[in-house]
Amino acid sequence: MFVIDPGRTDLALEFRHRPFGPHSPELQAVLNVLRSSQHCQNLLLICTRPHAEWVLAEKQPGGRPPRLLPGLVFTSVEAAEWHAFQLRWEAVTGRPLPPLDRE
Amino acid sequence: MPRVLGYAEPLSVEPGEEIRFMVGTLDGPRRYRAEVVRMICGDTHPGGLRTVRVPTPIDGEHEGTPQAIDAGSYAIVERPEAFAGLVRFTLQAFVQPTRVPVRPAPRRQVVMGTWAADQGDGFALMLDETGALAVLVGTAQVSTGAPLTARRWYHVAAAVDLAAGTVTLRQTPLGDHTPSLEQPVVVTATVRATPAPAADFFLGAARHAIEDGRLRTTWHFNGKIDRPTLARRALAVDDLAAAATARTTSLDAADALGLWDLAADVATDRVSDRSPNHLHGRTVNAPKRAVTGHNWDGTEMDWRRAPHQYGAIHFHDDDLYDAGWRPSLTLTVPADVRSGVYALRLDAAGGPEFWVVFYVRPPRRGPRARVAFLASTATYLAYSNYRARMRPGPAELYIGALPIVDTTDLLLMHHPELGGSTYDTHSDGSGVCHVSRRRPIVNVRPTGRLWNLFLDLCLLNWLEAHDQPYDVVTDDDLHAEGLTLLDGYTVVLTGCHPEYYSREMLDALAAYLGRGGRLMYMGGNGFYWRVSYPSAHPGMIEMRRAEDGTRAWVESVGEYYHSSTGEYGGLWRRQGRAPNALVGVGFVAQGFDRSSYYRRTAASRDPRARFIFEGVAGEILGDFGTAWDGAAGLELDAFNPSLGSPPWALVVASSENHSNAFQLVNEEMNVSFAGADGQFSPAVRADMVFYEHPGGGAVFSTGSIAYVGSLAHADYANDISRLTLNVLRRFLDPAPFTAP
Repeated sequence: MFVIDPGRTDLALEFRHRPFGPHSPELQAVLNVLRSSQHCQNLLLICTRPHAEWVLAEKQPGGRPPRLLPGLVFTSVEAAEWHAFQLRWEAVTGRPLPPLDRE
Repeated sequence: MPRVLGYAEPLSVEPGEEIRFMVGTLDGPRRYRAEVVRMICGDTHPGGLRTVRVPTPIDGEHEGTPQAIDAGSYAIVERPEAFAGLVRFTLQAFVQPTRVPVRPAPRRQVVMGTWAADQGDGFALMLDETGALAVLVGTAQVSTGAPLTARRWYHVAAAVDLAAGTVTLRQTPLGDHTPSLEQPVVVTATVRATPAPAADFFLGAARHAIEDGRLRTTWHFNGKIDRPTLARRALAVDDLAAAATARTTSLDAADALGLWDLAADVATDRVSDRSPNHLHGRTVNAPKRAVTGHNWDGTEMDWRRAPHQYGAIHFHDDDLYDAGWRPSLTLTVPADVRSGVYALRLDAAGGPEFWVVFYVRPPRRGPRARVAFLASTATYLAYSNYRARMRPGPAELYIGALPIVDTTDLLLMHHPELGGSTYDTHSDGSGVCHVSRRRPIVNVRPTGRLWNLFLDLCLLNWLEAHDQPYDVVTDDDLHAEGLTLLDGYTVVLTGCHPEYYSREMLDALAAYLGRGGRLMYMGGNGFYWRVSYPSAHPGMIEMRRAEDGTRAWVESVGEYYHSSTGEYGGLWRRQGRAPNALVGVGFVAQGFDRSSYYRRTAASRDPRARFIFEGVAGEILGDFGTAWDGAAGLELDAFNPSLGSPPWALVVASSENHSNAFQLVNEEMNVSFAGADGQFSPAVRADMVFYEHPGGGAVFSTGSIAYVGSLAHADYANDISRLTLNVLRRFLDPAPFTAP
């Protein structure tokens, strides 16, 4: 099974620059793992102000409403995608992403 | 979340006709403002929403009052006097419960009885909170103490003798092909209860109370009930065992108070009693019928050929057919209102607006435009109250991004009584195969997810921008009126996603082409699933996600045939009428992260296609658009002669460079193989197709849901708009098309 190399922060940076692709095959492999992992699964974005504000939430079992994740309010979907990526990277690799410089 | 909700009846009206709006609140009275608007463009960007207000007498401030929704299906026999004062009786049925126990809050589930919570009286055969068989007589409850197993068939019985003060319960698992260690359980106990007066008799629920003049029910059963019977004596323990062994609930006529034959009248809401009492009933909230019973052995898949093996009804605690709200506002559509897509917009403090969408069609006896937009109301309904994105599941693996909802969508998770879409499952995990517009629908609006109606408004906006008059007619109209609806229109445009089609609708479109009509298929994944319109449930459609297809759930084995009409459910492709035969293309792939562009083909240089590309300079078409930045995206259709695409059709452009979120759909793979995604497979593409129909008309297909989102780019100065306008103008020219 494919295992994410935590040293490949270049792939994280690629995602940060282009969260909606096109993705390199290596980044796509990372995303496949992150999106199917047991960790930080069931994330959802709730648009609280059209075109302006989104809140990250977690889908709940048993028909319960999504649980808003406290303090996670974003002004772009790209920022929300990046935050979710970081949450999952840390959950799956066991290491938080170091600060990444924008190129 | 919206505070005031509503729905309309009918859906499609002519000027001068009356439309009723059922408006209510879910959390107490509040004032709201109503206005009627014609919709032109959805909220694709800040300030993008464009509507035209239509002054009407119902505009203005109103008092919104709470209107409850009694979700959950059941059958009711109204107040059978024959059941009054019963001293000795036996309840029997076959049951296949699907929620054992009900979670997260375990509760009783009634199989049948007269028990009424507000009276504290009556009797009921049921599952208790643990899922064990139990009987309730007055306030006395006896349980076997042994929970049933979900999705297993049982013979269940309760023999009650109030004179002797005894109750015998028996639950018997029925053998099937699955190994089981479960044994019958028999319990006899003493009870003290007095005979109950006459009261409504239910299958699958109990009466809660009458509130605001309406019956409210509770303790809904989840699962199948087959051959319920009620005897006028208390059968002995040995008799119960013999019946279970013989797999029967039947009774001699002399003993029978009720013998309900659920295999009869399957296409209706009628529940027939074969006993001499003729205590017929009716279903409420459209439970699923034409479902396999306790004795289904797999030799027949069509309920009409073995009705005795389909003697069950599948009840769900979250079925909803008719919310039953009282009309709040009634409007006679003004005579001078033009045909279009309209909404009653409801605004109340404390939440976003709510849109009650309806359609004004042209007068049947009036002048028509030359262009008709066929609103995909069957598809909008199939998706109505779509909750699946808000429930756990690996959605991102096929979306390629985080799913996004808004606070209006959240209403569905806080108010499950609003019911779901055909993309949802019931609380017991079975697929939702009935969906009704007689309830507030939360997601058919010009805001929120850019999909279906919202995206279709991009097409109407484009027609308006080019001063092209058009009429709006609906799938519902097409199903009811067939070719008559379309005859006379020079051009018919579909929306971006005409996915759900009845046979009558397909026949009408095919006949329209046969008479020289011109069809512009402005979308993708069209003409895909078969639906029927049950005559016993106006406002509802039925479908079955059978056999194959890209499916949100998988239909139960043996339940592929519709209850309402007996037609075989599932994909049109699996019934000899693939969409390719009508529009030249059919569904091949989907992906939801970003859209791509088309590239002109060599065939686009054919003189037959010259009119399409007049003034179109580029080879690359549509690398822009509101629908995720490309004209080729979301769901894609491709040309395939083996599925019926006319071999003389021209594929004038094909998309490319799709992401690896785009995958070939499962019906395009007999055996899974690697490299089936957009980065590697040339089969993942949209084909833009044109063909001349033998009837003298023609078809133009975009093969992409995202296409209409590209029309307005750069204020319509773009190749997608240009070529679409070229097609429309040629299609409006009455000069016949001649196939080569």
